[in-house]
Order: sequence, then C-alpha cells, then structure tokens
Amino acid sequence: MGVTRTPTPTTQGSETTGGIGESTLRPDGVLKTTGEFAYASDLWHEDMLWGHTLRSPHAHAEIVSLDVSRALAQPGVYAVLTYDDLPTDVRHYGLEIQDTPVLAHGRVRHHGEPVALVAADHPETARRAAAKIRVEYRQLPVVVDEATATAPDAPLIHEGRTDHHSGHVPHPNVVHRQPIVRGDADAAARRADVIVTGDYEVGMQDQAFLGPESGLAVPAEDGGVDLYIATQWLHADLRQIAPVLGLPEEKVRMTLSGVGGAFGGREDLSMQIHACLLALRTGKPVKMVYNRFESFFGHVHRHPATLHYEHGATRDGKITHMRCRIVLDGGAYASSSPAVVGNASSLSAGPYVIDDVDIEALALYTNNPPCGAMRGFGAVQACFAYEAQMDKLAAALGMDPVEFRRLNAMSQGAVMPTGQVVDSPAPVAELLRRVKAMPMPPEREWESAGGGVDVRALPGGLSNTTHGEGVVRGVGYAVGIKNVGFSEGFDDYSTARVRLEVIAGEPVATVHTAMAEVGQGGVTVHAQIARTELGVTQVTIDPADTRVGSAGSTSASRQTYVTGGAVRHTCQAVRERVLELGRAKLGTHHPAWATAELLLESGKVVTDDGEVLAGLAEVLGDEAIDIEREWRHRPTEPFDLRTGQGRGHVQYSFAAHRAVVDVDTELGLVKVVELACAQDVGKALNPLSVVGQIQGGTTQGLGLAVMEEILVSDRATVRNPSFTDYLIPTILDTPPIPVDVLELADDHAPYGLRGVGEAPTLSSTPAVVAAIRAATGLALRRVPVRPENLTGT
Amino acid sequence: MRVTFTVNGRRQEADDVWEGESLLYVLRERMGLPGSKNACEQGECGSCTVRLDGVPVCACLVAAGQVQDREVVTVEGLADFAKERDTGAAGPGTDPGAAQRWQPRPAGPATELSPVQQAFVDAGAVQCGFCTPGLLVAADELLERNAQPTDADIREALSGNLCRCTGYEKILDAVRLAAARTGTEA
Ligand code: FES
Ligand code: FES
Repeated sequence: MGVTRTPTPTTQGSETTGGIGESTLRPDGVLKTTGEFAYASDLWHEDMLWGHTLRSPHAHAEIVSLDVSRALAQPGVYAVLTYDDLPTDVRHYGLEIQDTPVLAHGRVRHHGEPVALVAADHPETARRAAAKIRVEYRQLPVVVDEATATAPDAPLIHEGRTDHHSGHVPHPNVVHRQPIVRGDADAAARRADVIVTGDYEVGMQDQAFLGPESGLAVPAEDGGVDLYIATQWLHADLRQIAPVLGLPEEKVRMTLSGVGGAFGGREDLSMQIHACLLALRTGKPVKMVYNRFESFFGHVHRHPATLHYEHGATRDGKITHMRCRIVLDGGAYASSSPAVVGNASSLSAGPYVIDDVDIEALALYTNNPPCGAMRGFGAVQACFAYEAQMDKLAAALGMDPVEFRRLNAMSQGAVMPTGQVVDSPAPVAELLRRVKAMPMPPEREWESAGGGVDVRALPGGLSNTTHGEGVVRGVGYAVGIKNVGFSEGFDDYSTARVRLEVIAGEPVATVHTAMAEVGQGGVTVHAQIARTELGVTQVTIDPADTRVGSAGSTSASRQTYVTGGAVRHTCQAVRERVLELGRAKLGTHHPAWATAELLLESGKVVTDDGEVLAGLAEVLGDEAIDIEREWRHRPTEPFDLRTGQGRGHVQYSFAAHRAVVDVDTELGLVKVVELACAQDVGKALNPLSVVGQIQGGTTQGLGLAVMEEILVSDRATVRNPSFTDYLIPTILDTPPIPVDVLELADDHAPYGLRGVGEAPTLSSTPAVVAAIRAATGLALRRVPVRPENLTGT
Repeated sequence: MRVTFTVNGRRQEADDVWEGESLLYVLRERMGLPGSKNACEQGECGSCTVRLDGVPVCACLVAAGQVQDREVVTVEGLADFAKERDTGAAGPGTDPGAAQRWQPRPAGPATELSPVQQAFVDAGAVQCGFCTPGLLVAADELLERNAQPTDADIREALSGNLCRCTGYEKILDAVRLAAARTGTEA
C-alpha cells in the first residue's frame, strides 16, 4: 500500500482492534442484506397518506389557469395544494440562490417543474387525482444554449435578479462567470513550438442513484413536523424548509432514513417541503416516493458543457500555456452552479505545471433541466477536455502520452492557476507510472475458451455480433485533479457528539453526528475513529438527525475529512476528560498519572510505555462523559472575480486511470476490457471501503464515456427519463478494475487522509475515450461516445 | 380482489388489491415486507428480484393476481430458504403477523445470514445497499444452480441487477467468496 507517513506523533489506539487503517465491516451491512434496513421509501405510518406531484409537461410556459376542483372532488383525496396555498411569503428556496419556486407561480421554466401537490389514501388515487387538475399553459420560446440564452432578445429566465452574482455577470442569463488569469498566456504562446486547440462537449449525466427520492412527514402536536428523509445534508435542508413552512427550525425535526445512493443528486431539495406542506395541511402523516420516471425530474443533473481549449508546448515537451473557455448549462435554476463554475475554472488546467493561463468558465440559465452537483462537480467536464488535449499535444510532439504527462506533472509545491500553492503531496507522475506498470490484461480473451468463441468477452456480448472480426484493441491513459471539501471561503465545519460510559462493565462510546450516510461508509469510519481515539471496542453510531449540530454535506469527498475530523476532535476532548477524571480519582496511586503521556487502549488508561494505570470502568464509574464539538479545516478564501486568484480550495486529490478497450470498428461497439486505477488517498482509514469508492467512481466515469446521457429535445423536454432509455453500466459493461492505492499523508488533514470519492470519476472517462481513439484513430470530441460516432453513420 | 399465496414459507392473504397492483406493491405495502426494492418499476434494475416458484423474477412486472396459490421467496426469507435447502428441513418462515409489525431492529450476533448474505457483508459488496436484496436473491439462485460459477457465469446471472455504487467488483468477490465457502463445507 505504498509509503505511509503519520502526521501526528500520537500512537493512540494502536493496540485496539477495529480502529483506523483496518477493513472493518459496515455496521449497517447485516441489515442491508436481510432487507430490514429502512430506506426512506420503506417508511410506513398508521393512517399515512401518499403525496403526489403534478409537473409541467413544458419546458417554458405561462400558466394561464389552474383548476384543482375535479381533483379535490375525487374520493380518497385529502388535499390539493398550489402556489396560492403556500403558508408564508417565503416561496422560493435554493442552495446558493433562492430562485426555485416551491410550486410554480404563473410560469414554468423547465420540463417537470412542480405545479401542484395531491395527498390521497392510495398512491394511485393521488396520481389519478393529479391527472384531473386542469392546467392551461401558453408555451413560451425556450433558451437552450449560450447563443439563445445571450441573444439580444433572449427571454430572461429570471427577471430582476438581485442575487450576489447578478452584479458581475455579462448577461442576466449567466448565473456566474469566473475568469482566471495568471502569467501572460500571449507571451508564452510565442515560445510554443506546437499549439493544439480543441472543442469538446460533455453530455448531461444523471446520478441515477438507485433509491428514488422519498420521505415521510409526520405532523406533530406542537404544530411542528417530523421529517424522515433521504438527503445529503440535513441542516441545509432544514435551513431551506423551515421558512417556507413558517416554522422555527426547532419545530422541523429531521431524521435521516436509509439513503439509496446520492452522488450529488440529493444536495438540492426534492419532496421535502412538499411532504411537510401536505402533512401540515391534512394533519396526517404523508409519504412521498418518486418513481424512476419522476426521479429524473426530481433532482439536478451533471452540467452538460462545451469546452474550448488551446495548449502550447516546446519541442522538448514542456507546456507553455493554456487558454480555455468552459460553458456549463445550469438549466432553469441556479442550484450549485456558481460553485461548479468555481471548480471548473480553478481545476481547468489539470494536474500540470502551467504558469501562463487565461481561463474563463461560466454557467448559463436556460430552459433545460436544472443542473447542479454530481460526483466530480465541474472537474469532470474539464478533465475530459484537458486530457484529450494532452494526448493531442503528445501526438503533435511525437512523444509517448504518459511520458509527456509525467514531464509536465505537478508535484508538491506547485502553484495552481489561482495562485494557491499545493502544500501537500501531489504524486501525479508517480500515479501515472504505477498505473502504466500494472500488468496488461490478456489479448483476445474470447479465444481462450478451448478453441470456441466466448462472445461474452467481445464487444456486443451476448448479442453475438462478432467473433473477433473487426475488433481492435486500444489503450488510453488519463489523470485528474479534484478539490476536497467546500471551497471559496465557505465555513465548511462539522459537528460531532461523543458519549463515553460504562455499560455492564464495558466501556461503550456513542457517536452522534448529522452526517448523511448515503452508502459511502462514513458510519464505519466513525466507529473506527472512536475505537482508535478512545481505545474502546464497542461503538454505537446514533441515527443522524438535527438534534446535533450540522455535519455539512456528504459531498465534495469531504465527510471522512471533516466529520471524521470532528469525531476525532471530539473523541480527543472526551479522552482529555477521562484523563482529568483519572488524575482526580487515582492520581495519587501512580506517579505516571502526572508525568507520562497517557493513552487509552483496549479499555484501559496506559502510559506510552504500555504500563496499565487503570481500567476505563474504574475511572468512569457511573459517570458518562458527553461532549459535542465543532471542527473546522483550514479556512479558504473566495476567488477574485476578475483574476481568479485566491486560496480557494482545502485539499486536492489525484487519481490516474489506464483503460484497455476492444472496439468492434464495424458496428461501433465498445467493450471496456479493463480500467485500472492508481490513486493517492493520503491514508486509507478503511482500505476495503476506499477500494470500493474508487471502483464505484471509476464505473460512473465509464458510464459517462460510452453510455450515459439525458437527451433533451429542441423544445427542452427530457426524452429518456427511464432506465430503459437512460442506460447505466451493468455488471456486463463493467470490466475488472484493479486498484493501486498510494498513501502519502497530507499533514494538514486528520490522520493524513485525502478525500477519496470523486477523483476516480474524473480520469476514468478520458482514459476510456483515449483508448477508443487509440483503437480507431478518430478524434472523438464528445462524450458519451455512441456507436454512430465510431462508424460514421 | 383477494390474493392468497405463500411468502417465505407462510400462507399470506391480501385483501382489496387493485387491478393494477404489482406483486412488489403487495409485498412492500400490504405484507410489511419492504426488503424487495423499487428502483424502476420497469423490469430494468432487478432491485425487486424475488423467487416465484423458484424462478427469479422482477416483482414489479408481476401482477399481484398472477401469484395466486404460488410460492414467493423474498430477501427477508432468504436465510431460512437457504437453510432449508441445505438441511432439507423446513425453516420457520416469516410469521405474517410479525412481518406486518415489521420494524428495523439492530443487528445482533443472533442474526442468521445465508452464505451469500454473509459473503456480501464480508466482501464489502454493500454500499448504499439498495441493489443488495435483488442481487442476493439472484446470486443465491445462481449458486443453487451452479455451485462453482466462472466469472462470466456470475456476470451473466447478475446482468439484470443494476448497482450504482460499487462498480460490481466487490459483488463478484462476494459471489466468489460464497461459492468458495460453500465448496469447502461440502
Ligand atoms: S423495480 Fe423491478 S426491475 Fe426495477
Ligand atoms: S450498493 Fe448502492 S446501488 Fe448497489
């Protein structure tokens, strides 16, 4: 597992099993295999009603009239709500900009926008009642791209904007624009021996988490509401929900229920406010569960992007400069578009040393589906383009693409386009070396089965489209850089509450945070941290809810770093308290209480020489130590709006991929044979989970490369909102994913760890496409690559 | 209408079932067995996979009326089903009353898992776990047919089950592990 440096001198807990660095098993694993784990869609309440949302069939339209009387008259219907029924003046919400109507008011701006809500005693009754609501629409012209959005007579998606970006954008249909200028790209370009340019496109990807949006709102006797919900950030939801309901935050009590994946798609609200409104109106518990069709309209997607890049290099293979322009389609509402712009611009140069850059990224308001957070968050789009450029540059110079990248790879101490110094390990060249050195998969594997042909190993698979004729192998490489944590001056803290007590003679730690466990395994890691820091074996993880302080979002690869950091920090405070108690009670029994460095190990207080001073049971007696603390990483600062300069990011993470593909060049079918990854994780707190994250992220990148795209019509309506038409990789589409984990500690992070989840989603896509280019010789400037792009039909 | 069928070894009855209701809806909403998941309702994801007279099917595509007098095994009954298969003895099944009062409970050492369930936990094949119930039913059926499957066999058998979190590598590991463990015991 490579080199490990430990950033802190404390060897706390090294004798305790189940601590950090071990592949302990998920505490929720058993319940998830027996079917007993309660996902949000499994919740049930006596007397509960089912909520349903009526959505706009048009992307842009005026609502001329709205008549709910026939729906209300249907037996079994308890409530029908529209904009006019909203209880307060706060009728919009949003993560950064409050521009999203709770229910449409006079106008819809995208296909699938919520217009009305129904609560009924059976989900089908609710659906049928919703179908009886009469809405008369007058369709309006749509804006769908930069040309239509910024045309002189373009309809404004949000008239009279007053948000904090409205003052500096070039057009009201631009959500946010971030230029970054460093050095002198014009002068540097004159030194270049070769200059390559390229225009690239990334399609709209969906998170496609398997567990659809769902939750249960239960009205409470105090006039408040209890909401059980699948989300990524309970407190951010709360901040947006409570004002719309007209309730103080303490009357909206939120508890995380089982979350079936997230990948960014649960950062924005979906049915949270709607279910609460229906529950408060009817006085009954209301459950809302989206089906897959509705889920495609229920959350934001990955921004589709067009990217123009120019790079130059000298004959000896040094990059001289880079210019780029990245246009992201944010769709009808802002969601997290401003932050995506910040990422796309600041990470647009990739993990390379380029002193002279001229960068511009912006996000548009259009009538397309709203886009926001998805794993990789702005860095994915840029990585596809700059890695294609690296291959082009290497080809123009006649150099090996990996050697060319290694020659320009950044390392610790490098300066980002934003001026920020990368002050922890950045082993970019090493990751490339490692992924290249991994053994190659065998060629023509379909033949190895004793003379016959195993079509399962061929492009087209069981469709039996080829027995190897026209099949060409290609190999491609890519590497990427992702930020970890919330950036640009955001107060990205987390909170943990830790209780230590003796139960039936055994010390037991209880960890309570509001962290959304969405599948990533944070609950596993919290228990490991508590074991390591407190030297206990038994750790209970309390359900996440809003009775404890915010844990921030399960996004940006940040939870192990930030909430893990908060759990560690709070455990350390608990440990101090244990030692204080010990000194007070037993200090006279042994001089080491006063003189030695004391640790908690295996349920005992021990000296750093390993001498046992007391058992925790003896120290604690009946007393429970219960501490809640906030923890913060190093602060960041905003990017300058003109120059893009600023220490904007908390930490960087790096992964490299090698893709091996077989392409049936006649039919344009691609079989990804292997997708190897090398990633630096700083410190693998749970190696099994780390590898699982890397493999999962890699597979989502593969999906973007050759399969996944939400297709939008010229009227900006979604054409493929189903798993029949929006394809994600199956086990047959996914190749073996060997993973090489490097552990170079980041001295600024807890345990030296580096956020893991997103980096592998970046480089996977360009590596696969590079391999297809190698096999076919085609330029392939757009993802996903479709068969017709390969056959020219 | 009324539908009567056997679920996890017990006779179950559902009253007032609507024409269009699927087996999945009846299991989840009327019988208190939410283990089978609904991720697409279109037969595309396999999250709702159950055994119907032994055959793995997407419960979302089976009309409730079609299961009259037939036998269904869901993930909730998988451990007992596997035990019964291994020992030849009838397992206790899921008591309908208990199933309807279903509550999540903390997993204790007492929770008995089938070999394939245990292997999923041990191999790290579970992340969010939404795909897990369907995959377990499909994988268990594969191992029943083919105790020592090749990787290609596993991929083929599980190709109807989507997982968005794991990239499938650990799922393959889990099935290999379950096969290896069962092989050693035999
Ligand atoms: S829910 Fe039945 S196959 Fe997806
Ligand atoms: S573990 Fe989340 S879908 Fe498979």
